[in-house]
Amino acid sequence: MSRMSDFLSDVKQRREELKAKRPSSFGEVKTSVQDNVIWKSIFRPGSIYRKGYRDTSRDRALAAMNNVLYHLHPVKVKRHGLKLTYTYCLGGLSFFLFILLTITGIFLMFFYRPTAGAGSELAYLDMRNLSASVTFGNLVRNMHRWGAHLMVFTVFLHMARVFYHGAYKPPREFNWVVGVILLTLTLLLSFTGYLLPWDQLAIWAVTVGTEMMGFTPVFGKQVQFVLLGGVEIGPNTLLRWYVLHVLFVPFVTVIFLAVHFWRIRKDGGISGPL
Amino acid sequence: MSEEVQIDQEVYDRLIAEGKSERIARAKAKAASVRKGKVAAGQELGPKSPEENQQALAAFRERSGGGAATAGAGGGAATATKEVPASRLSPEERAARVSASLGGNGNGGSIGVPASSAHTHRLLALVPPAGIQQVQSKQQDKVYTWPHLLIVEFVALLAMTAVVLVTSFFLDAPLGALANPNLTPNPSKAPWYFLGLQELLRYFHPMVAGVTIPGVGLIVLGAAAYVDKNPSAKPENRKFANMAMTFFLVMWTVFVFAGSFFRGPGFNWVWPWVDGLFFEL
Repeated sequence: MSRMSDFLSDVKQRREELKAKRPSSFGEVKTSVQDNVIWKSIFRPGSIYRKGYRDTSRDRALAAMNNVLYHLHPVKVKRHGLKLTYTYCLGGLSFFLFILLTITGIFLMFFYRPTAGAGSELAYLDMRNLSASVTFGNLVRNMHRWGAHLMVFTVFLHMARVFYHGAYKPPREFNWVVGVILLTLTLLLSFTGYLLPWDQLAIWAVTVGTEMMGFTPVFGKQVQFVLLGGVEIGPNTLLRWYVLHVLFVPFVTVIFLAVHFWRIRKDGGISGPL
Repeated sequence: MSEEVQIDQEVYDRLIAEGKSERIARAKAKAASVRKGKVAAGQELGPKSPEENQQALAAFRERSGGGAATAGAGGGAATATKEVPASRLSPEERAARVSASLGGNGNGGSIGVPASSAHTHRLLALVPPAGIQQVQSKQQDKVYTWPHLLIVEFVALLAMTAVVLVTSFFLDAPLGALANPNLTPNPSKAPWYFLGLQELLRYFHPMVAGVTIPGVGLIVLGAAAYVDKNPSAKPENRKFANMAMTFFLVMWTVFVFAGSFFRGPGFNWVWPWVDGLFFEL
């Protein structure tokens, strides 16, 4: 009997001990989570998610340094570059539109098959379905279309802005050339996407464009043949332009974007002040 | 540094003419001016002879009083760790001299090594502020990326998302009839950014309008960064570049607008307010 009561009191005591160990407040839970091996492996030393954020110079610097955006932005930037009327954010907005187009584009790819030809006009049917019966399909397609036109426009304006600021001058000459290549790639991205709805507007716009290309001296006809997958626009063209539009041109663009952003920092950040 | 050392203009001009840099010419001209002044005052130039050095040392020891002098003269047996020749200053004497030259009262005025120290450090020279070369690049006016830049970027991103979303909500992207290679629409137009080129097709051979002009245009655009040797980025210093760019941008815009809104069936000229629009995005 006494052994039984001993046991019971033992259990009681043990329970009290466990209770005392249990975290009693949100702060303690937070501390134990942030002390965790996994948490520490995700957030680098000095990360605001480990130590908290106080508005000091040190934490402002760490916020930039412990962020993946550190690949794009240094800890400090020239003050004059913040002025909206200096850059109008055009380069950043072009890049943002590129990301927006990638996201909406991936969504569209789930509902689109690049197939055409008598009896299997899947591309066009998928476009109709996308607009009529896919949840948010019409909205996302609209965003992709208008975003694409807008991106051509912002890239163009970005180029003009950089020119008028003389921001292509040494040491930034090469980055200007990369920018001109990116402008060309943007036009190619837009133009290859133009064919994909496979409606009258698409094929005739592309017909006009590729006919001009065929007049390139020496190898014009060959280039045209390779791009069209035949002597005129047909199902082969659609498949080729689809692959160019969703894989090849974006791949090349991303490489040039990386070089473009890297050189901005290497060449001393934003140009100016004027 | 009460009085500025004058520069010897003759020497300065000669050195500049020889192609020396402005900084070096100025320094040498200053030195020449100082030398001239010394010669005029009857002083001898160049290093002092050993006798003169000894005299100067003796005079200094006499001035600075007994203690240091005896310690120095005694070969530093009491304090110095190393034998100091009588012809040189002992560390204590050197400290006293530095202190005197700094206007100190003789005790604790040393800015280098304590007088009693056996260390071998010593003050080599006092450089006037004007003699230190100024760093040319200015400290730039910078701010932290977080929060200043990132917040601006985030707001721009939100605004752009809003613009795209609202536009997409109210405006549907066009989707025409199924593609039909046998039925050419009239007019057939390229995407809007190529309509400038299509407009040029009306005036030039396709090879010129469709290949040469855009090709050369892009190459010239890329090469502009290397062709433009003007180092200034200020608008008032680059009127020609800005004027040329504006000319081409305006010309291009006019061509795109003409191709987009003023070309109708058969790609013939129309007035949009009379015949309507023949344009699709």
